[in-house]
Amino acid sequence: MDSGVTQVAYVPDAGHKRLIELCHAEPRMRAVPLTSEEEGVGLTAGAWLGGVKSVVLMQSSGVGNVVNALAMARECRFPLVMLVTMRGEDGETNPWQLPMGGAAAAVLEAMGAEVHRADKPEDVAPTVRTAIVRAYDAHAGETAVAVLVAQLVIGVKRFVEVSG
Amino acid sequence: MSASLHRREVVAALLAERGDLLVVAGLGASAWDCAAAGDHPLTFSLWGGMGQATMMGLGLACARPRRRVLVVTGDGEMLMGLGALATVGVQGPANLAVVVLDNERYGETGMQPTHTAHGVDLAAVAKACRFVRTSTVTREDEVPGLRWAIHEAPGPLLAVVKVLAESPPLVLPPRDGALLKERFRGALLQQPAPSS
Repeated sequence: MDSGVTQVAYVPDAGHKRLIELCHAEPRMRAVPLTSEEEGVGLTAGAWLGGVKSVVLMQSSGVGNVVNALAMARECRFPLVMLVTMRGEDGETNPWQLPMGGAAAAVLEAMGAEVHRADKPEDVAPTVRTAIVRAYDAHAGETAVAVLVAQLVIGVKRFVEVSG
Repeated sequence: MSASLHRREVVAALLAERGDLLVVAGLGASAWDCAAAGDHPLTFSLWGGMGQATMMGLGLACARPRRRVLVVTGDGEMLMGLGALATVGVQGPANLAVVVLDNERYGETGMQPTHTAHGVDLAAVAKACRFVRTSTVTREDEVPGLRWAIHEAPGPLLAVVKVLAESPPLVLPPRDGALLKERFRGALLQQPAPSS
Protein backbone atom coordinates (compact mmCIF):
# COMPACT_ATOMS: atom_id res chain seq x y z
CA MET A 1 0.00 0.00 0.00
CA ASP A 2 2.95 2.33 0.51
CA SER A 3 3.20 2.54 -3.29
CA GLY A 4 -0.12 4.38 -3.38
CA VAL A 5 -1.64 1.82 -5.75
CA THR A 6 -5.31 1.29 -4.95
CA GLN A 7 -6.52 -0.54 -8.06
CA VAL A 8 -5.40 -3.87 -9.54
CA ALA A 9 -6.85 -5.04 -12.85
CA TYR A 10 -6.20 -8.49 -14.18
CA VAL A 11 -6.77 -11.29 -16.59
CA PRO A 12 -5.92 -14.20 -14.31
CA ASP A 13 -2.74 -16.23 -14.54
CA ALA A 14 -1.90 -19.06 -12.19
CA GLY A 15 1.24 -17.16 -11.23
CA HIS A 16 -0.89 -14.26 -9.93
CA LYS A 17 -3.43 -16.46 -8.11
CA ARG A 18 -2.43 -15.54 -4.56
CA LEU A 19 -1.98 -11.86 -5.39
CA ILE A 20 -5.45 -11.69 -6.95
CA GLU A 21 -6.96 -13.29 -3.84
CA LEU A 22 -5.15 -10.83 -1.59
CA CYS A 23 -6.36 -7.87 -3.67
CA HIS A 24 -9.97 -9.01 -3.48
CA ALA A 25 -9.62 -9.47 0.28
CA GLU A 26 -8.16 -5.99 0.86
CA PRO A 27 -10.95 -3.45 1.40
CA ARG A 28 -8.80 -0.49 0.35
CA MET A 29 -8.00 -2.14 -2.98
CA ARG A 30 -10.30 -2.24 -6.02
CA ALA A 31 -9.76 -5.49 -7.91
CA VAL A 32 -11.06 -5.38 -11.49
CA PRO A 33 -11.28 -8.58 -13.55
CA LEU A 34 -10.95 -7.88 -17.29
CA THR A 35 -12.09 -9.80 -20.35
CA SER A 36 -8.88 -8.92 -22.22
CA GLU A 37 -5.60 -7.36 -21.13
CA GLU A 38 -5.97 -4.27 -23.33
CA GLU A 39 -8.88 -3.17 -21.14
CA GLY A 40 -6.34 -2.68 -18.38
CA VAL A 41 -4.57 0.05 -20.37
CA GLY A 42 -7.73 2.13 -20.80
CA LEU A 43 -8.79 1.49 -17.21
CA THR A 44 -5.39 2.58 -15.89
CA ALA A 45 -5.46 5.73 -18.04
CA GLY A 46 -8.97 6.70 -16.95
CA ALA A 47 -8.14 6.04 -13.32
CA TRP A 48 -5.06 8.26 -13.56
CA LEU A 49 -7.14 11.07 -15.09
CA GLY A 50 -9.06 10.79 -11.83
CA GLY A 51 -5.94 10.58 -9.66
CA VAL A 52 -5.89 6.82 -8.90
CA LYS A 53 -2.83 4.58 -9.35
CA SER A 54 -3.24 1.09 -10.81
CA VAL A 55 -1.33 -2.08 -11.65
CA VAL A 56 -2.32 -4.54 -14.39
CA LEU A 57 -1.61 -8.27 -14.02
CA MET A 58 -1.32 -10.51 -17.05
CA GLN A 59 0.32 -13.61 -18.47
CA SER A 60 2.89 -13.17 -21.23
CA SER A 61 0.29 -14.24 -23.82
CA GLY A 62 -1.67 -11.14 -22.83
CA VAL A 63 1.14 -8.87 -23.96
CA GLY A 64 -0.01 -9.56 -27.50
CA ASN A 65 -3.44 -8.15 -26.65
CA VAL A 66 -2.25 -4.77 -25.38
CA VAL A 67 -0.13 -3.58 -28.31
CA ASN A 68 -2.33 -0.90 -29.91
CA ALA A 69 -3.48 0.33 -26.51
CA LEU A 70 0.19 0.88 -25.65
CA ALA A 71 0.30 3.42 -28.48
CA MET A 72 -2.26 5.48 -26.59
CA ALA A 73 -0.33 5.16 -23.33
CA ARG A 74 2.85 6.29 -25.07
CA GLU A 75 1.38 9.24 -26.97
CA CYS A 76 -0.34 10.54 -23.84
CA ARG A 77 2.53 9.53 -21.55
CA PHE A 78 0.09 7.70 -19.32
CA PRO A 79 1.69 5.78 -16.49
CA LEU A 80 1.15 2.03 -16.79
CA VAL A 81 2.49 -0.82 -14.66
CA MET A 82 2.20 -4.35 -16.06
CA LEU A 83 3.17 -7.37 -13.97
CA VAL A 84 3.68 -10.10 -16.55
CA THR A 85 4.10 -13.71 -15.48
CA MET A 86 6.06 -15.52 -18.16
CA ARG A 87 5.14 -18.64 -20.08
CA GLY A 88 7.14 -20.21 -22.83
CA GLU A 89 10.39 -20.22 -20.87
CA ASP A 90 12.43 -23.01 -19.26
CA GLY A 91 10.32 -26.05 -18.60
CA GLU A 92 7.27 -24.98 -20.66
CA THR A 93 5.17 -27.99 -21.61
CA ASN A 94 2.70 -26.22 -23.93
CA PRO A 95 4.37 -25.36 -27.23
CA TRP A 96 1.60 -22.87 -28.07
CA GLN A 97 3.02 -20.62 -25.34
CA LEU A 98 6.46 -20.38 -26.94
CA PRO A 99 5.90 -17.70 -29.64
CA MET A 100 4.35 -15.01 -27.43
CA GLY A 101 6.55 -15.86 -24.45
CA GLY A 102 9.60 -15.45 -26.63
CA ALA A 103 8.39 -12.19 -28.16
CA ALA A 104 6.89 -10.48 -25.09
CA ALA A 105 9.91 -8.39 -24.08
CA ALA A 106 10.68 -7.30 -27.64
CA VAL A 107 7.05 -6.37 -28.31
CA LEU A 108 6.85 -4.28 -25.14
CA GLU A 109 10.11 -2.53 -25.92
CA ALA A 110 9.06 -1.89 -29.51
CA MET A 111 6.02 -0.04 -28.17
CA GLY A 112 8.16 2.10 -25.89
CA ALA A 113 7.54 0.33 -22.61
CA GLU A 114 10.39 -0.02 -20.13
CA VAL A 115 11.03 -3.71 -19.42
CA HIS A 116 12.43 -5.10 -16.16
CA ARG A 117 12.92 -8.76 -15.31
CA ALA A 118 12.58 -10.62 -12.04
CA ASP A 119 14.45 -13.91 -12.40
CA LYS A 120 14.55 -14.88 -8.73
CA PRO A 121 11.82 -14.76 -6.09
CA GLU A 122 13.74 -12.20 -4.06
CA ASP A 123 13.88 -9.90 -7.12
CA VAL A 124 10.11 -9.55 -7.44
CA ALA A 125 9.25 -7.08 -4.67
CA PRO A 126 12.08 -4.59 -5.29
CA THR A 127 11.61 -4.75 -9.06
CA VAL A 128 7.89 -4.09 -8.78
CA ARG A 129 8.53 -1.25 -6.37
CA THR A 130 10.97 0.29 -8.83
CA ALA A 131 8.50 -0.16 -11.70
CA ILE A 132 5.71 1.67 -9.87
CA VAL A 133 8.01 4.57 -9.00
CA ARG A 134 9.27 4.76 -12.59
CA ALA A 135 5.80 4.64 -14.16
CA TYR A 136 4.37 7.34 -11.91
CA ASP A 137 7.44 9.56 -11.84
CA ALA A 138 6.05 12.97 -12.72
CA HIS A 139 9.53 14.50 -12.83
CA ALA A 140 11.06 12.07 -15.32
CA GLY A 141 7.79 11.84 -17.29
CA GLU A 142 5.13 9.21 -16.77
CA THR A 143 5.67 6.03 -18.75
CA ALA A 144 4.69 2.41 -19.33
CA VAL A 145 6.74 -0.13 -17.39
CA ALA A 146 6.55 -3.92 -17.46
CA VAL A 147 7.99 -6.40 -14.97
CA LEU A 148 8.47 -9.83 -16.50
CA VAL A 149 8.43 -12.50 -13.79
CA ALA A 150 10.38 -15.56 -14.93
CA GLN A 151 8.48 -18.80 -15.34
CA LEU A 152 10.86 -20.55 -12.92
CA VAL A 153 9.89 -18.06 -10.20
CA ILE A 154 6.23 -18.97 -10.57
CA GLY A 155 6.66 -22.69 -11.22
CA VAL A 156 6.05 -24.66 -14.38
CA LYS A 157 2.52 -25.69 -15.27
CA ARG A 158 2.16 -29.46 -15.73
CA PHE A 159 -0.52 -31.12 -17.84
CA VAL A 160 -1.35 -34.52 -16.36
CA GLU A 161 -3.92 -36.56 -18.25
CA VAL A 162 -6.25 -38.84 -16.39
CA SER A 163 -5.90 -42.27 -17.93
CA GLY A 164 -8.75 -44.74 -18.42
CA MET B 1 -33.57 1.26 -38.64
CA SER B 2 -33.85 4.57 -40.49
CA ALA B 3 -32.31 7.42 -38.53
CA SER B 4 -33.23 11.08 -38.67
CA LEU B 5 -31.12 12.56 -35.88
CA HIS B 6 -28.05 14.69 -36.62
CA ARG B 7 -25.07 13.70 -34.47
CA ARG B 8 -23.82 17.25 -33.96
CA GLU B 9 -27.21 18.42 -32.69
CA VAL B 10 -27.54 15.46 -30.35
CA VAL B 11 -24.08 15.93 -28.83
CA ALA B 12 -24.57 19.69 -28.50
CA ALA B 13 -27.83 19.05 -26.63
CA LEU B 14 -26.29 16.38 -24.38
CA LEU B 15 -23.31 18.59 -23.47
CA ALA B 16 -25.31 21.82 -23.03
CA GLU B 17 -24.87 23.25 -19.52
CA ARG B 18 -22.70 20.27 -18.70
CA GLY B 19 -21.93 21.37 -15.16
CA ASP B 20 -19.20 19.23 -13.62
CA LEU B 21 -19.64 16.37 -16.10
CA LEU B 22 -16.43 14.51 -17.04
CA VAL B 23 -16.35 13.42 -20.70
CA VAL B 24 -14.36 10.82 -22.64
CA ALA B 25 -14.79 11.06 -26.42
CA GLY B 26 -14.10 7.99 -28.56
CA LEU B 27 -11.88 8.39 -31.59
CA GLY B 28 -13.18 9.76 -34.87
CA ALA B 29 -16.43 11.58 -35.43
CA SER B 30 -17.52 11.34 -31.78
CA ALA B 31 -14.45 13.34 -30.76
CA TRP B 32 -15.12 15.89 -33.50
CA ASP B 33 -18.74 16.19 -32.30
CA CYS B 34 -17.59 16.89 -28.75
CA ALA B 35 -15.07 19.45 -30.03
CA ALA B 36 -17.82 21.14 -32.05
CA ALA B 37 -19.85 21.44 -28.86
CA GLY B 38 -16.91 23.36 -27.35
CA ASP B 39 -13.37 22.31 -26.44
CA HIS B 40 -13.24 21.73 -22.68
CA PRO B 41 -10.41 20.74 -20.31
CA LEU B 42 -12.63 18.04 -18.80
CA THR B 43 -13.22 16.37 -22.17
CA PHE B 44 -10.57 13.76 -22.95
CA SER B 45 -10.60 13.13 -26.71
CA LEU B 46 -9.09 9.96 -28.12
CA TRP B 47 -7.23 10.11 -31.43
CA GLY B 48 -6.33 6.43 -31.22
CA GLY B 49 -6.71 3.52 -28.85
CA MET B 50 -9.82 2.31 -30.65
CA GLY B 51 -11.96 0.25 -28.29
CA GLN B 52 -10.64 1.93 -25.13
CA ALA B 53 -13.15 4.77 -24.59
CA THR B 54 -15.53 2.86 -22.32
CA MET B 55 -12.65 1.44 -20.26
CA MET B 56 -11.28 4.95 -19.77
CA GLY B 57 -14.73 6.02 -18.63
CA LEU B 58 -14.84 3.12 -16.18
CA GLY B 59 -11.45 3.97 -14.73
CA LEU B 60 -12.46 7.59 -14.32
CA ALA B 61 -15.90 6.80 -12.87
CA CYS B 62 -14.40 4.47 -10.25
CA ALA B 63 -11.70 6.99 -9.38
CA ARG B 64 -14.16 9.89 -8.95
CA PRO B 65 -17.40 8.28 -7.69
CA ARG B 66 -19.00 11.64 -6.83
CA ARG B 67 -18.68 12.95 -10.39
CA ARG B 68 -20.80 11.96 -13.38
CA VAL B 69 -18.80 10.48 -16.26
CA LEU B 70 -20.02 10.40 -19.86
CA VAL B 71 -18.42 8.38 -22.65
CA VAL B 72 -19.46 9.57 -26.12
CA THR B 73 -18.42 7.12 -28.79
CA GLY B 74 -19.38 5.49 -32.06
CA ASP B 75 -20.71 2.07 -32.96
CA GLY B 76 -17.45 0.93 -34.57
CA GLU B 77 -15.40 1.99 -31.56
CA MET B 78 -17.83 0.29 -29.17
CA LEU B 79 -17.84 -2.92 -31.20
CA MET B 80 -14.04 -3.10 -30.96
CA GLY B 81 -14.21 -2.99 -27.17
CA LEU B 82 -17.33 -5.07 -26.56
CA GLY B 83 -15.69 -6.86 -23.63
CA ALA B 84 -15.60 -3.52 -21.80
CA LEU B 85 -19.39 -3.68 -21.45
CA ALA B 86 -19.06 -6.94 -19.51
CA THR B 87 -16.28 -5.46 -17.37
CA VAL B 88 -18.36 -2.35 -16.61
CA GLY B 89 -21.34 -4.55 -15.77
CA VAL B 90 -19.31 -6.39 -13.15
CA GLN B 91 -18.05 -3.16 -11.54
CA GLY B 92 -21.45 -1.47 -11.81
CA PRO B 93 -20.47 2.21 -11.45
CA ALA B 94 -23.66 4.22 -10.80
CA ASN B 95 -22.02 7.39 -12.16
CA LEU B 96 -21.10 6.12 -15.64
CA ALA B 97 -23.06 6.75 -18.83
CA VAL B 98 -22.11 5.57 -22.32
CA VAL B 99 -23.73 7.16 -25.36
CA VAL B 100 -23.13 5.34 -28.64
CA LEU B 101 -23.72 7.55 -31.67
CA ASP B 102 -24.79 4.77 -34.01
CA ASN B 103 -24.63 5.66 -37.70
CA GLU B 104 -24.14 1.98 -38.54
CA ARG B 105 -20.98 2.94 -40.41
CA TYR B 106 -17.21 3.25 -40.10
CA GLY B 107 -17.46 6.94 -40.88
CA GLU B 108 -13.74 7.76 -40.98
CA THR B 109 -12.78 5.05 -43.47
CA GLY B 110 -15.39 5.29 -46.20
CA MET B 111 -18.76 4.63 -44.55
CA GLN B 112 -18.48 0.85 -44.62
CA PRO B 113 -21.36 -0.81 -42.71
CA THR B 114 -20.66 -1.93 -39.12
CA HIS B 115 -22.30 -4.91 -37.46
CA THR B 116 -25.10 -2.64 -36.20
CA ALA B 117 -26.16 -2.13 -39.83
CA HIS B 118 -26.91 -5.85 -39.81
CA GLY B 119 -29.03 -5.67 -36.68
CA VAL B 120 -26.48 -6.14 -33.88
CA ASP B 121 -28.10 -4.32 -30.94
CA LEU B 122 -25.56 -2.66 -28.61
CA ALA B 123 -28.25 -1.59 -26.10
CA ALA B 124 -29.33 -5.22 -25.78
CA VAL B 125 -25.71 -6.28 -25.32
CA ALA B 126 -25.31 -3.69 -22.55
CA LYS B 127 -28.51 -4.86 -20.87
CA ALA B 128 -27.26 -8.46 -20.98
CA CYS B 129 -24.02 -7.17 -19.38
CA ARG B 130 -25.96 -5.84 -16.36
CA PHE B 131 -26.18 -2.16 -17.31
CA VAL B 132 -29.12 -0.96 -15.21
CA ARG B 133 -30.45 1.53 -17.74
CA THR B 134 -30.36 0.98 -21.50
CA SER B 135 -32.24 2.62 -24.34
CA THR B 136 -32.29 3.25 -28.07
CA VAL B 137 -33.00 6.86 -28.99
CA THR B 138 -34.41 7.62 -32.43
CA ARG B 139 -36.39 10.85 -31.92
CA GLU B 140 -35.40 14.38 -31.05
CA ASP B 141 -37.95 14.57 -28.24
CA GLU B 142 -36.12 11.72 -26.46
CA VAL B 143 -32.83 13.62 -26.22
CA PRO B 144 -33.71 15.84 -23.20
CA GLY B 145 -34.64 12.73 -21.21
CA LEU B 146 -31.29 11.17 -22.08
CA ARG B 147 -29.49 14.32 -21.00
CA TRP B 148 -31.34 14.20 -17.68
CA ALA B 149 -30.44 10.54 -17.19
CA ILE B 150 -26.74 11.20 -17.90
CA HIS B 151 -26.69 13.78 -15.10
CA GLU B 152 -29.13 12.26 -12.63
CA ALA B 153 -30.08 8.61 -13.11
CA PRO B 154 -28.25 5.75 -11.39
CA GLY B 155 -26.16 3.83 -13.89
CA PRO B 156 -24.34 2.28 -15.47
CA LEU B 157 -26.33 3.58 -18.40
CA LEU B 158 -25.91 2.91 -22.11
CA ALA B 159 -27.93 4.66 -24.79
CA VAL B 160 -27.69 3.93 -28.48
CA VAL B 161 -28.58 7.05 -30.42
CA LYS B 162 -29.41 6.26 -34.03
CA VAL B 163 -27.92 9.05 -36.14
CA LEU B 164 -27.71 9.81 -39.85
CA ALA B 165 -24.66 8.54 -41.75
CA GLU B 166 -23.28 12.00 -42.46
CA SER B 167 -19.89 13.68 -42.14
CA PRO B 168 -20.24 17.21 -40.79
CA PRO B 169 -17.32 19.63 -41.27
CA LEU B 170 -14.30 18.71 -39.15
CA VAL B 171 -13.92 20.42 -35.79
CA LEU B 172 -10.81 18.98 -34.19
CA PRO B 173 -9.79 18.82 -30.52
CA PRO B 174 -6.13 19.24 -29.57
CA ARG B 175 -4.20 16.21 -30.78
CA ASP B 176 -1.31 16.23 -28.32
CA GLY B 177 -2.23 13.36 -26.00
CA ALA B 178 0.07 14.42 -23.17
CA LEU B 179 -1.42 17.91 -23.26
CA LEU B 180 -4.96 16.50 -23.12
CA LYS B 181 -3.98 14.38 -20.13
CA GLU B 182 -2.25 17.17 -18.25
CA ARG B 183 -4.97 19.73 -18.72
CA PHE B 184 -7.67 17.21 -17.70
CA ARG B 185 -5.79 16.27 -14.53
CA GLY B 186 -5.02 19.90 -13.84
CA ALA B 187 -8.66 20.93 -14.13
CA LEU B 188 -9.95 17.99 -12.11
CA LEU B 189 -7.36 17.43 -9.44
CA GLN B 190 -5.66 20.72 -8.65
CA GLN B 191 -6.88 22.22 -5.44
CA PRO B 192 -8.23 25.74 -5.76
CA ALA B 193 -5.73 28.27 -4.47
CA PRO B 194 -6.36 29.04 -0.80
CA SER B 195 -8.03 32.40 -0.35
CA SER B 196 -5.98 34.82 1.69
